[in-house]
Amino acid sequence: MPITKDTVEYVAHLARIDLQAKELEKLSRQLEEIVIFIDRFKELDLKGVSAASHILPIHNVLREDAPRPGLCAEKALQCAPQKEGNFFAVPKVIE
Amino acid sequence: MDYQAVIGLEVHAHLKTRTKAFCGCPTEFGAPANSQVCPVCLGFPGSLPVLNKAALDFAVKVALALNCTVQEFTKLDRKNYFYPDLPKNYQISQYDLPLSRNGFLDIFTGKTRKRIGITRVHLEEDAGKLIHQESVSLVDFNRSGIPLLEIVSEPDINSPQEAYAYLTALKSILEYLEVSDCDMEKGSLRCDANISVRKAGEKTLGTKAELKNMNSFKAVRDALDYEILRQSEEVASGNAVVQETRLWDAGKQKTLPMRAKEEAKDYRYFPEPDLPPFIIRAEAIEEVRKGIPEMPREKISRFMSDFGISEYDATILTSRKEDALFAEECIKEYPEKDKKTVTNWLIGPLLSEANNRNCALPGLRITAKRLLGLISLVERQEISGLSAKTVLTEMIDSGREAGEIIKEKGLSQVSDSASLESVADEVIRENVKSVADFKQGKESALMFLVGQAMKKSRGKANPKVIQEVLKRRLADA
Repeated sequence: MPITKDTVEYVAHLARIDLQAKELEKLSRQLEEIVIFIDRFKELDLKGVSAASHILPIHNVLREDAPRPGLCAEKALQCAPQKEGNFFAVPKVIE
Repeated sequence: MDYQAVIGLEVHAHLKTRTKAFCGCPTEFGAPANSQVCPVCLGFPGSLPVLNKAALDFAVKVALALNCTVQEFTKLDRKNYFYPDLPKNYQISQYDLPLSRNGFLDIFTGKTRKRIGITRVHLEEDAGKLIHQESVSLVDFNRSGIPLLEIVSEPDINSPQEAYAYLTALKSILEYLEVSDCDMEKGSLRCDANISVRKAGEKTLGTKAELKNMNSFKAVRDALDYEILRQSEEVASGNAVVQETRLWDAGKQKTLPMRAKEEAKDYRYFPEPDLPPFIIRAEAIEEVRKGIPEMPREKISRFMSDFGISEYDATILTSRKEDALFAEECIKEYPEKDKKTVTNWLIGPLLSEANNRNCALPGLRITAKRLLGLISLVERQEISGLSAKTVLTEMIDSGREAGEIIKEKGLSQVSDSASLESVADEVIRENVKSVADFKQGKESALMFLVGQAMKKSRGKANPKVIQEVLKRRLADA
């Protein structure tokens, strides 16, 4: 699958990354190389092999439902670029 | 032209765990903003989620109660999108291997029973809460990371009444299992609807709209009613229904297209690498199954067969678990074989008192014994049914016994015809027109006169006796 500039622009938009023309060029090329590499899987006979979601042989990692102290509001908001009282403040998202 | 509505509901229910889905922050409602947060639910870099065991257990319980097949292998996935209430820029949810699938829920609409398919029940996390102000939006992350169950129905629902019955039945199950508060006002239960219409008899589905912003079951019903009308009119006039998200405006009683910029959804789901998968063995499922109490549907059947009460009455009495427990105690203790009287008391005056006071039946603090005592006073004709309702209210308000209240208020029923004659005569004197009507053969005039006499006796007259007395005096008059 060839990676077009449009694809990279679309993905960059989804990730909210503003790419310069030169970066777009470079990333398109790199992404294409990655996809070509991944395409090599097609050469293998993978009949009967189910998709792996995780590679480590661990499962059922759970915690008990017991409260643990977190951060106080003051601490939580310490690095917020904008705040109002105990709230994080962000540019208005609805009209 | 007749149109058929095709409706699917997507319900999100908060699980009543003490802590959040992936961190140890408390889930209490109404805490000061951003006071129940930590690096995990704030999405700080480097923090790692660990699933709450109770959340998984609750989810399996619900899946089983909804007759779903619990998958042996399940995993969590990242659903990627940007919104200020989502600090990680992805929601931990489930995509291709949900916890469970293929269940069903039986509903009863008062006339007919119907089986509604459940597509899937899966586990995910809630987002934070946004408060929109004049120039900025404020974010409170206390809700961020609270475990949510997403329960998706098949498009098997064909009317707003069925949707209402489905939601009531689902809420009832979640409450019976004690896994969710199901309080729509607090946002612990939310419902979106997909709806399309098609001409009766047609096989292909029409274009659907997604409805949001309905904050009560009644609002869901109203929004669907409105939308069926709107879409039917569009189709009838040859217009295409636009596939869009519409918001219910309760003030205007209409759905309106959502004005936010609608972008093509591309969530780029992928397995959550921070959470290893889960293997739920058959033995573990059986263990959870054993812990499931009698469900509303089973209770309804049992009430019908054990007590001979109608499906309609049983459905009302079992909708809330606490109501069902109290009702069962009263019905069992009630000495007569025919349970209609006690059932009517429970469904009528008792539930209406409970609704007025915003509580369940046990919240009225009237014991089964005292209620049955009151009913037996009516049956022995010691007080009239009308006075009994006054006494009931007073019993609930003051916590006193019926006998005491009757004595104090002088509510004992007067069945002695001699003492009712003067009341009858007065009523006859004061209602010349009705008396004339009656004499001309208008039967309903008599009932009016009985009503007047009951009023005059302040509800104390025995209605049967006063009717007899009135008839006799009218014949003489």
